[in-house]
Amino acid sequence: MTVDRSRTEVRAVDAHALWQAEFDQAKKRGVEFTSLSGAPLQPLYGPADVPLGYESELGYPGSFPYTRGVHPTMYRSRLWTMRQFAGFGSAKQTNERFKFLLAHGQTGLSTAFDFPTLMGYDSDHAHSLGEVGQVGVAISSLADMEVLMGGIPMAEVSTSMTINGPAPILLAFYIACGERQGVDPKLLRGTVQNDILKEYQAQHAWLVPAEPALRMITDVMGYCARRVPQWNTISISGYHIREAGSTAAQELAFTLANGMEYVRRGKAAGLDVDEFAPRLSFFFDSHLDFFEEIAKFRAARRIWARKLRDTFGAKDPRSWMVRFHTQTAGVSLTAQQPENNIVRTAFEALAAVLGGTQSLHTNSMDETLSLPTEKAVKIALRTQQIIAEETEVAHVIDPLGGSYYVEALTNRLEAEAERYFAEIERRGGVVPATEQGYVQKEIHRSAIAYQAAVERGSKRVVGVNCYTEDEQGPTIELHKIDPAVEREQHERLSALRKRRDASKARRALDEIHDACKSRDNLLERFVAAAHADCTLGEIADVLRAEFGHYREPKIL
Amino acid sequence: MTQRKIRVLVAKPGLDGHDRGAKTVASALRDHGMEVIYTGLHQTPEAIAEIAAQEDVDVVGLSILSGAHMALFPRVRVELEKRGMGHVLLTGGGIIPQDDMAALETQGYTKLFGPGTPTEAIAKWITVAMAERLKNEGAQ
Repeated sequence: MTVDRSRTEVRAVDAHALWQAEFDQAKKRGVEFTSLSGAPLQPLYGPADVPLGYESELGYPGSFPYTRGVHPTMYRSRLWTMRQFAGFGSAKQTNERFKFLLAHGQTGLSTAFDFPTLMGYDSDHAHSLGEVGQVGVAISSLADMEVLMGGIPMAEVSTSMTINGPAPILLAFYIACGERQGVDPKLLRGTVQNDILKEYQAQHAWLVPAEPALRMITDVMGYCARRVPQWNTISISGYHIREAGSTAAQELAFTLANGMEYVRRGKAAGLDVDEFAPRLSFFFDSHLDFFEEIAKFRAARRIWARKLRDTFGAKDPRSWMVRFHTQTAGVSLTAQQPENNIVRTAFEALAAVLGGTQSLHTNSMDETLSLPTEKAVKIALRTQQIIAEETEVAHVIDPLGGSYYVEALTNRLEAEAERYFAEIERRGGVVPATEQGYVQKEIHRSAIAYQAAVERGSKRVVGVNCYTEDEQGPTIELHKIDPAVEREQHERLSALRKRRDASKARRALDEIHDACKSRDNLLERFVAAAHADCTLGEIADVLRAEFGHYREPKIL
Repeated sequence: MTQRKIRVLVAKPGLDGHDRGAKTVASALRDHGMEVIYTGLHQTPEAIAEIAAQEDVDVVGLSILSGAHMALFPRVRVELEKRGMGHVLLTGGGIIPQDDMAALETQGYTKLFGPGTPTEAIAKWITVAMAERLKNEGAQ
């Protein structure tokens, strides 16, 4: 027996050497064989590249370390949630788009806000000029939120809100809106992004500096644990880090480093880790490097499970799980030959599904030109439905598990993330590392390296640096924002300020001011202020006056 | 005689937080030997014009992906003129539909760059436009 096996091994080594020799002699294409993130790739992966302990590294779906998925059945029980991010113009227009998406089979809502809302300014603030309703919906008050959710049963639908600096205020509007619809907050389901660290690092819509912002986040975790138990209190987001230019490894590392910081803050605020960690969710990008992306999702699950159990002492398995939303990569879309974006998005969506995502947004083909038209959004949604219904890929859990290549990539990404964790630790943690601009510089370095690779032609982009065509303007119909939206928002706000009980609004704002100074839960005060018809800008002004403004570090 | 380097202000007007493009272009222009000042995010038109005047720049490049270009680009030009900076070469880029590009062309933004533009092309356009200006000034 022993002799036979060693003979087999000798033959295997010979076979490998033979292949290697043939490979080395052969002519290769003149491109750089690197991942989209610039990591070198072997031409072939085999058992020697993956010294795999099956139980410790992979395990089974629904059990530690969750490399293969967070549910024992994955998509055999339930498909991922198809959740298209939408929002533009007025609350009324976005409400109509929501109903359009629900009518076409979408299963969850996802709200995009305009820049004034994201930065905590009312639509009629001087800084809001020209920005109202442009990249998302304008929501300045509970009254706007009521229009946004009008006719949508809030106890039944789950809603995601992409907002960070003023996230606790918008969540307060949502809770108050539910109460006005007669819905108990205990029944509300959804997610608020509420991930301020990646705002400083990548997306750049903030309200106040890091320390008070982190305190508000722990206030949200504490409040929701008691009052809105089905709500995901943070969506720890790598998406914007990646879109800002990071590599896959940086996206993974910075996102999880931010996540660990929220866990530390929650514990420091006196919360039990198992009380809030199950409500933390994640949000990743799915880019064009198919296998690297799948490996990234798998590595995220394994790293988080190990950290939460072994470093943070979480006992509840739900605290160990990375449940995540995915969006296909906006930066991979091209303005040139925009219909090709449908194909790019389909590959990225397939990677997200094979990586075990819990929900998915597929970008529309026209998004490098404007907000999407209804037709473009429908094709994007149909792309997910085709993957779900026609390709049969959802029947088998983690179908690429055991692929030498994917397992080697998963291991490499985990190791790279660990190196970043150590570097961040050396810099005193993720908050100092961000305030010093370290994270931003790393992202910028990757962004310019990628741009240089495209310009020298070693990374190819169809329609941009190869297979180009002479194009006379956009060949597809574009979505336009009606400038009347800004004027109507001004009128709505001025009517609201006339109509409300001014002294009640004043008192609610004073109470927020007092709570800033004490340790009282701010979200509780925001809900009261929402009911008193205080506006977003008024509440944010109290916070800015009390906590000051955030100043971005100079990195360039 | 050493030639004065072209001085460029790369600016982010409005509330838009997308700065990947602005920073990539700023780095590339520096690599092409230009002096580049980057404003950082969330600047008002007044602040941009003020920095342009203080730094005595030759070129102002605005980057915007929030859709507010029609409100903000003309205002930057007005504020520059107020400060005696009407002569600067104006350009910019981002997500700007073609119709809007055409409209902004009549307001001093003779060349705007869309997604997928190589940084090389932007640097070349600035270099050529500045050389022409210098030639015209010499001829006067």
